[in-house]
Amino acid sequence: MSNTQQAARYTEYHPRWYRTHVSTWWWLARWPYLKFILREISSVFVAWFVVVLLLQIRALSHGPDAYARFEHWLQNPGIVLLNLIALFFVVFHAITWFNLTPRAMVVRLRGKRVPDRWIVSANYAAWAAVSLVVVWFLVRS
Amino acid sequence: MAETISLEVLRYSPEHDAEPSFQRYDVPVHKDWVVLDALNYIKDKVDGSLTFRWSCRMGICGSCGMMVNGEPKLTCATFLSDYAGDGSPVRVQPLRYFPVIRDLVVEITDFMSKLQSVKPWLIRGDEKPVSEGEYLQTPDQLDRYKQFSMCINCLLCYAACPVYGLDPVFIGPAAIALAQRYNMDSRDEGAHERMDVLAQHEGIWGCTFVGECTQVCPKHVDPAGAIQQYKLTATIERFKSFLMPWSKNEAAEK
Repeated sequence: MSNTQQAARYTEYHPRWYRTHVSTWWWLARWPYLKFILREISSVFVAWFVVVLLLQIRALSHGPDAYARFEHWLQNPGIVLLNLIALFFVVFHAITWFNLTPRAMVVRLRGKRVPDRWIVSANYAAWAAVSLVVVWFLVRS
Repeated sequence: MAETISLEVLRYSPEHDAEPSFQRYDVPVHKDWVVLDALNYIKDKVDGSLTFRWSCRMGICGSCGMMVNGEPKLTCATFLSDYAGDGSPVRVQPLRYFPVIRDLVVEITDFMSKLQSVKPWLIRGDEKPVSEGEYLQTPDQLDRYKQFSMCINCLLCYAACPVYGLDPVFIGPAAIALAQRYNMDSRDEGAHERMDVLAQHEGIWGCTFVGECTQVCPKHVDPAGAIQQYKLTATIERFKSFLMPWSKNEAAEK
């Protein structure tokens, strides 16, 4: 068993010391922390869009009437507002994660590390390419 | 007379104080003075009881890390003149998330034991005799780990990491970056030994990728990058040991 598995270790004989406790609201203290929390929360909205997509496929499989009801439900102002907020968070999710990709992904070409901006650009290029395919499908119909 | 600036320094005497309090000092501002110079001025001229760690004054020893206006900083590399403009005092506090022993000095045994647990040294299966010469390395092989080898153990990354604050069993950014420094060294053969410590919840999986450790690092080590890269390595190794159980046995026997 490693030393770190049970608890943080401190010297055995120590003078009286002072410890502070981390506030529940630590993430409001600095913008980078708040941004991190928003990025984490954004996954809830990604999940929401997955649910919407599954409901859409379900409505599609139940025929034109069910699909019309689904479209009517989507036009509900509350759902429109929720989807707008979800869209904001999904875009925030994509951009923040794309920008973090070079931290996790190290690509080497001929022994040299590929610059971070190339990795980020490749993500945006892939995003644009997939979006173009979706637009092509929509325009074609 | 030189322009002055106020420093609010956290004072804590374990023999006398139930909890720390701020003490205000006025110090002269010189263009080339850093926060550490101001602390030394206070200790030499104003209040000899002020206690803090420092040594090299050039960003190498990693001793003088403190919170300056709430940000983890090496005080030897933080210029007073950057704070002198608006007239508000500069707050100097001990590194966040560590127990305070006295004034600006924190207890770091926890970090030292964690650092030791990841075996930050070259591990060899077979040592070749000295007569066969050095273990040679190409510039490309050096380049793979050099960034992580710049760590000076100043602990600014721990003071920036809310995960370490909330869950002190987390091994933490610097220790994991230093483990990666040896894992990625072409001369090292100890990656499997380190994996037992790194690939557990208290290791890399405790990290939620806040990323502030990398932002505050004065030596551009990028501990957040080291942790995320190791998450990928650990996942691949786990799948490999699941799909090809014999390969791990071979590695263990080596």
